[in-house]
Order: sequence, then structure tokens, then C-alpha cells
Amino acid sequence: MLTVHDLSCVRGERSLFDGIDFSVKAGEWLHVRGANGSGKTSLLRLLAGLSQPAKGQIHWRGKPADDDAQAFRAELLFLGHHAAVKEELTALENLQLASELDGGVLPRAEALEALQRFGLKGREDLPVRFLSAGQKRRVLLARLVTRKAKLWVLDEPFTALDTRAVDMLETLIGEHVADGGMAVVTSHQAVSIPGGKALDL
Amino acid sequence: MLAVMRRDLLLAMRRKTEVLTALFFFVIVTSLFPLGIGPETALLRKIAPGVLWVGALLSTMLGLQRMFAADHADGTLEQMLLSPTPLGLLVSGKNMAHWLVSGLPLVLLAPLLGVQFDLDAGSLGVLTLGLLLGTPVLSLVGGIGAALTLGVRGGGVLLSLLVLPLYIPTLIFGAGAVQAHSSGLGATGHLSLLAALLVMALFFAPWATTAALRIALE
Amino acid sequence: MSEIVINNRMGMSQGVIHWFKFASPSSFYPLAGKMQPWFWALAAVFGIAGLWISFFVAPTDATQGEGYRIIFVHVPASWLSMFIYMVMATWAGIGLALNARLSGMMAQALAPTGALMAFLSLWTGAFWGKPMWGTWWVWDARLTSELILFFLYLGFIALQAAIDDPRRADKAGAILALVGVVNVPIIYFSVKWWNTLHQGSSVSMTRAPSMAQTMLWGMLLMALAFWMYSVAMALKRVRTIILEREAHTDWVRKLAEVSE
Repeated sequence: MLTVHDLSCVRGERSLFDGIDFSVKAGEWLHVRGANGSGKTSLLRLLAGLSQPAKGQIHWRGKPADDDAQAFRAELLFLGHHAAVKEELTALENLQLASELDGGVLPRAEALEALQRFGLKGREDLPVRFLSAGQKRRVLLARLVTRKAKLWVLDEPFTALDTRAVDMLETLIGEHVADGGMAVVTSHQAVSIPGGKALDL
Repeated sequence: MLAVMRRDLLLAMRRKTEVLTALFFFVIVTSLFPLGIGPETALLRKIAPGVLWVGALLSTMLGLQRMFAADHADGTLEQMLLSPTPLGLLVSGKNMAHWLVSGLPLVLLAPLLGVQFDLDAGSLGVLTLGLLLGTPVLSLVGGIGAALTLGVRGGGVLLSLLVLPLYIPTLIFGAGAVQAHSSGLGATGHLSLLAALLVMALFFAPWATTAALRIALE
Repeated sequence: MSEIVINNRMGMSQGVIHWFKFASPSSFYPLAGKMQPWFWALAAVFGIAGLWISFFVAPTDATQGEGYRIIFVHVPASWLSMFIYMVMATWAGIGLALNARLSGMMAQALAPTGALMAFLSLWTGAFWGKPMWGTWWVWDARLTSELILFFLYLGFIALQAAIDDPRRADKAGAILALVGVVNVPIIYFSVKWWNTLHQGSSVSMTRAPSMAQTMLWGMLLMALAFWMYSVAMALKRVRTIILEREAHTDWVRKLAEVSE
């Protein structure tokens, strides 16, 4: 459902990659691999629509993603390098506000359940400032559960996670993909989730 | 849109110092002028509208970076760009929150400071009304500048250079309104022009700000 | 401005298609190089004609004496400063809408010349004002608007200079220039309003003395001279910008100027 054709990316004066083609269908996930600086993050940002490619097209459900950007974004969940949480707000507030920004209201009970699933029980009402780096990432990962998006584009999602959290995330992605979702993931480590393809930059 | 506004207000409440500093700046700067010029009341009455408006301008500028910089740094701005909600609405929400926190207090403080300059009640009224109409314009137009200079070297000063020329019409009509009132000509003309500026800014500024944000996050 | 010339030259044969061919930096570079000398020549010709008229042919003004001759520089410079801003904003807007690199480069090339025109207008305005009103600066509506226009130019240049990524600089500059273009009439109107309210005076540079034909000719010729000069400077500057920004491409590396 996500098709990329002849994609090329230029950053400043360097051409990062050229002529990339791939597609990701429901029930599949793509592991983007490459050395540092090979353009993995740039590729993901292109997919999310944050930047425009120098050449090539990105199609979602058979049509150019640009045609109905709002509909595309409704089905997309992008997690980048930043924790994307407000330090002064609590984990619970962050989650609920993020939902509201996406146009839906998240009931408190659901939010709490998501946070607890990611091991943040008892810390939901603390300003995120007081959480460790790994815990901060987990607040955002809780969004994966609360936001029902079809396509997950995750940039280095396993950073700062301990082994238990890594397992949890892998399971989560696996379930998502098995349910008919799609994911594009970059990671330096090997990721063991069934249904994957690889793209080397 | 309301969600964004609520969020920003909540954040501002938890970081009160930044907000209060800008307000104190307004108070201090406007108090500097009588000290620098002399206590002669007739003169003070003449310079009051200009001084108070320039003070409001500068104070608003101090707080402009706050609109987007923090969200840009921690990645939440990126998430806003990816939200299915139209970015224009989110930006309007942020502008509103910024005004409520930076502009509205100025509007409320101004009459008090105007008393320092021996302005009469009528002039104070025109001043306040003018600021009420004008400060949102400052937030809206300033937002464009803040978005353009996101993460750019020399941010704060560059922002001032970009935005101050655009603030000049608001300054002229706002201060002019009070002067027109004092000289008996009536302030309606000026105030209507300010209202017109506000309407224009409400329509066009979010577009420009949205475009600038997308460019800044490419 | 250069666009007009290209269309005229190409209009003889293929029209639109040829125009788009020159929309890439690599093809525009040599074209700009060939066009430059023509514009320098035109600038010189118009300039000499204009200066000759302003100094020798135009009559001495009854009230202002010889000093008034500076309007032959002041007025054309003002016209050009506003015209260039419009053109700059247009190129920047096109660059933004069509994602065209060359248009953005053209806007970047025009900005310093526009700023120079504004600066020249301000200085000559001061020199004119001194003998007339005894002060170096007068808060006349036109001069004040010119000053603000100068600030708008500086803002544009500063913004582009501060952003490292050239594509982002182009696009951000475009937004600023477009916002500026919308604001210029508003600013001018508000300054005029401000000025009449406060001075309400009869002294105004905008109220030109009933002009003798020759004076008008002199100003027009000088305006043309400045215009040609601006085009020539913009072409020269855009060539430098092209070289800088496309330094990594093959065609630049092969150029005679670069490969030694």
C-alpha cells in the first residue's frame, strides 16, 4: 500500500541516495539499514511527508501521498529521534494532549492502561522531566498503542530501551503487522520480527 | 485548536518566569522614559502613547521565540506538522495562547502605566482599546517571523530585524489613536484601521506561518 | 527584467519552449554571461545621456538653485528600489511555487542592488534636504517609507545569510519577501497618514515642482540607466551564486574559470 518509486534525496550539496524503489504491503514491515549518514532518517522523513524528495514519488493506497495529505497523516504514525514529549507535562497529560491534537479524545482509563503496559505504572502523574531517558521514550511508545494508525514509521525506536522494553516493542510491532498494519523501521541492531523485508542504503 | 491553546497555556503556567520577565520588561522600559526625559507632565502626556506602544512592541518581541522554539527543540512541533488536524488551526491556537499570555497582560497593565504619564481617562481608554486590537496583530505577525527564524543563527536579533518593520503600521495607528483623541480629532479612524489590520492578520498570518514552519522543518 | 529580454530574443522563433530551457542554472550561466556586456553598455549609454541632461540641459530651478539636480539621482533610485523589491519578491515567489532553484538565486542576486538603491535614495534625499530645509533628515512620508523599505531589504539579506541550507534560505526568503510585498502598501499608507497628521505641512518632496519636459526626460534616462545597471549587476551576481551553489556538479568543475 505504500509504494516508493525512483526516490532520490539531496541534502545540502550531497546526494544521499538515488533511484530507490520499494513497496510495503499490509502485513509487512521494512527494515531500513545503512551506515550512519547514509540517509536513513532522511528517507523516513520523506516518507512521512516532512520533506520533499529531489526526484521520485511516494504513493499511498495507489495515489500520490501528497494528493490527500490529511488523510495520509491520519493513518500515519511517525516517531523520530526526539522524545516528542513536553517535559513540564505529566506522562498522562502528554498522551492525552497528543491524542487531542490528532483529533480524538483519549479516555483517561485507556491512557493509563497504555502507560502501564509500557511499565510506567505509578509514574503517570509525574512531570516527564523526572523520568529517565528510557522512560521518556516509553511515554511516546505508548502512543503506538493509543493511536490507531496503519503505517508506523519509526526512526531508531529501540534507542535507550532496556532488553525488556525492546522485547515489548518488538512484540508490539509484530502484532501490529500481523493485524494488517505496516511499519518502516530503522535500527542499527538486528530486529527479529516476522514478515520483514530489508532495504540497504 | 482549543487543545493546542490549552496545552500552551498549561505550559506557560508551569514556566511562569519567562512570561513574567517580559511583563516586567514592559513596566521597566516605560518607566525609564520619564526618568530619562524629565518629569514635566505636559511633555510626558505627549510622549506617553508612543512610549507605551513601543514598550508593548518590544515586550511582545521578547516573547516571540517562545512560540515555536521549545516545541521545535523537543520534537513536539514535528508531531504537530504530522497531525491530521490542519496546521493552520494548530498555529492559530498557538497564536491565541501566545496573545493571552503576552499580549493581554500588556493591555491590562497599560492603563496603570498610563497614569504614570498623567493621561486622562479618555486617552487611557483609547490606549487600552488600541492595544486590545493591536497586540493580537503583533502576535500573529510575529509568529511568521518566529517560524522563519526557527533554529537559525542569531535568532533573537534577526527576528527583531525582520518583524519590527512589519509592526510599524500597528504602532502608527495605535499611538496615533491616542494622540488624535487628545487633540480632539477623535480616535475612531485610527481604531477602525487597527481593526482592519487585525482582520487581515487573522486571515493571512496563519498561512504564512504554516508555510514558514514547513520550510523550517524540512 | 532579464526575462523580458530573453522572451524578446527568443520570440523570433520558438517562444515558450526556449524559455524553460534556460530555467536550469547550467544553461542560464553562459546566457547570463553573454547578456551582461549588453546591459553594462546600455547602462553607460543611458547614464551618460541622463547625466548630460541633468547637468547641462535642464534649467536651473527658480526656487531651489543648482542643488535640486540631485533629484535626478534621488527619484530614479527610489523608483528602482521599489521596482526591484517587486521583481525580487516575484522571483522568490516563483521559486517557492515551482520549486525552482534559479528563481530563488535570482531573488538573492537582486536583493543587494535593491538595498543599494534604497540607500542611495536615502542619502540623496538627505543631501537634497539639507540646503532646502537645513536638516539632514526629514520625516517626510516618502523618505520614511524608503527607510522602512531599506530595513525590509536588510531583513531579507540577513535572513538568507543566516540560514546555511541554500534551499531553505530561498524558501524562507520567499515567504519574507511576499509578506513584505503585502505590507509595503500598508506601511506606505500608514506613514503617509502619520506624516499628514503630524506635519500637515506644505513642505514635501513628493510634491514635485511643475516639471519642465527636460527634467522629466533627465529622470527617465537616469531611471533607465539604473535599471540597466541593476540588471547587469544581478546577472553578474547570479553567476557567482550559481558557481557557489552548484560547485559540486560536473558542468561547473569543467568550466574554464574553475578548472585551473
